[in-house]
Amino acid sequence: MSEILQSSGERQELVLNMGPHHPSTHGVLRFVVHTDGEIMRRAVPDIGYLHRGLEKLAEGCSWAGYMPFTDRVNYLEAMFTNLAYARAVEKLLALEIPPRAQYLRVMACELNRIASHCITLGCIAMDLGAFTPFVYLLRERETINDLIEELCGNRITHNYMRIGGVAFDVDESWLKKVSAFLYHFEPVIAEFESLIVANEILAKRMAGVGVICAADAVAWGLVGPNLRASGVDFDLRRDQPYAAYDGLQFSVPVGRDGWVHPDSVVGDCYQRFLVRVEEMRQACKILRQCIAALPSGEIMAKVPKALRPPRGEAYAAVEGARGEIGCYVVSDGGPQPYRVKWRSSSFSSMSIIEHISRGLMIADLVAVIATLDVIAPETDR
Amino acid sequence: MEASEIKKRLEELLSSELVWKIGEKQTGDGWVEIPLEKWTEACRLARDDEKLLFEFLRALSGVDRPGENNIELVAHLFSYRHRHAVVLKTKVSRENPVAASVCSVWPAAEWYEREIFDLLGVNFREHPDLRRILLPEDWPGHPLRKDYQQPASYRGIPTSRPAPEGSAS
Repeated sequence: MSEILQSSGERQELVLNMGPHHPSTHGVLRFVVHTDGEIMRRAVPDIGYLHRGLEKLAEGCSWAGYMPFTDRVNYLEAMFTNLAYARAVEKLLALEIPPRAQYLRVMACELNRIASHCITLGCIAMDLGAFTPFVYLLRERETINDLIEELCGNRITHNYMRIGGVAFDVDESWLKKVSAFLYHFEPVIAEFESLIVANEILAKRMAGVGVICAADAVAWGLVGPNLRASGVDFDLRRDQPYAAYDGLQFSVPVGRDGWVHPDSVVGDCYQRFLVRVEEMRQACKILRQCIAALPSGEIMAKVPKALRPPRGEAYAAVEGARGEIGCYVVSDGGPQPYRVKWRSSSFSSMSIIEHISRGLMIADLVAVIATLDVIAPETDR
Repeated sequence: MEASEIKKRLEELLSSELVWKIGEKQTGDGWVEIPLEKWTEACRLARDDEKLLFEFLRALSGVDRPGENNIELVAHLFSYRHRHAVVLKTKVSRENPVAASVCSVWPAAEWYEREIFDLLGVNFREHPDLRRILLPEDWPGHPLRKDYQQPASYRGIPTSRPAPEGSAS
């Protein structure tokens, strides 16, 4: 697996393959790690193992028929990718979405956000050697999957959004179940914090490690929690509101020096971890407001059976669990998309790894990958 | 800034006329067309000018247009400080698809340009590491081109398989 490539002066550079199958890469991706002892000179990501041609496939589907494919862009964020595509096409069609559908979209997305963060936070802890939190959080995610299954029949690939609204309505009993889950889940966040967040060993593995300054984060196109951990206060839900976010109250956590642990600095792995913990709490807050304010009415706008958006193009972005998920659609007036392009957060997160890996310990690479939250299928599409 | 003001500002900076276009029913996003030879300059000015400050490259994509015999490069830009967005486009010919790289403007472009090189076959001058990113090095052709034909097999592995017995198709 390893070979000594070149010797520079008296020190030798050892080139190691990390992956394509490695416990910390969660999916198939490879890093070519150039090391000098325990220190990395650079780690070069090699992606594409999970390329499924999702953009090419769109050119052979009807506009509505592409929706199930969007689930597959990122298996942890199906609601968001659904929504990004739906919003892009709606923009082209200039559709007005009924308010109830807007609220249901927000609810579905926030449930999805909690589920995705459960996996991310659990995996960060697991990759750094603490297995228990992963199992605890996976249990919570199961409950969310049950709720979403009741909502749309699917646990992972939701296919819930439609161009013009959502596929299924909810009833009182489902709202009660969501409410009950929130009462149960908020103490779980507190438990998670006492179990692991303030844990000195875990904090020391992440605090001050893999620091990304705000200028780098913006230049390399980091988005979402990764960007906010670097101190850029931006959230699409608050700053460019879509769906029903305009009327909802929530705060946006941003990284700050010495947060929870005195050694933590803006932009390090620990801040990326903490931002996500706080986001789960905010998601609960949003869900409660949605349950209280859910309007009645239609869940679908009037949409023709055979969609033919006018010639033109649109880009729509939503704030996914990993940040901005963008969908760029081009129409030539025909029954199929002319071109669909996905702007995925993992792609830009992955591209910065080579830049920040210089001088890190090999073991820290695991912390960097885990906290940047790169999802291999989303990178490769 | 509104789209029209952004266009006007870019015209001032580049001291040349630019074209503004939008879809046939005025829906979706409009875009500013930049001449190919001014592509990098326009991008750099869009990032650095105090009134524009497009420091965030949301996405860089390519669209094949065999009817017009060119490939469009599309940059979706956003400014965190001004909270405004713009779409810039330029066109390269299909026969000789070469454009100047914008890696020096936004490092994020490095991978986007590799992706466009991989899937559409556009070459970028002054790109530090231009090679395929998603497909294997020896993959024939560029799949997002409209005239792309998928090879029947790759290294002896068929790319399609017969439908299982009893299935509908």
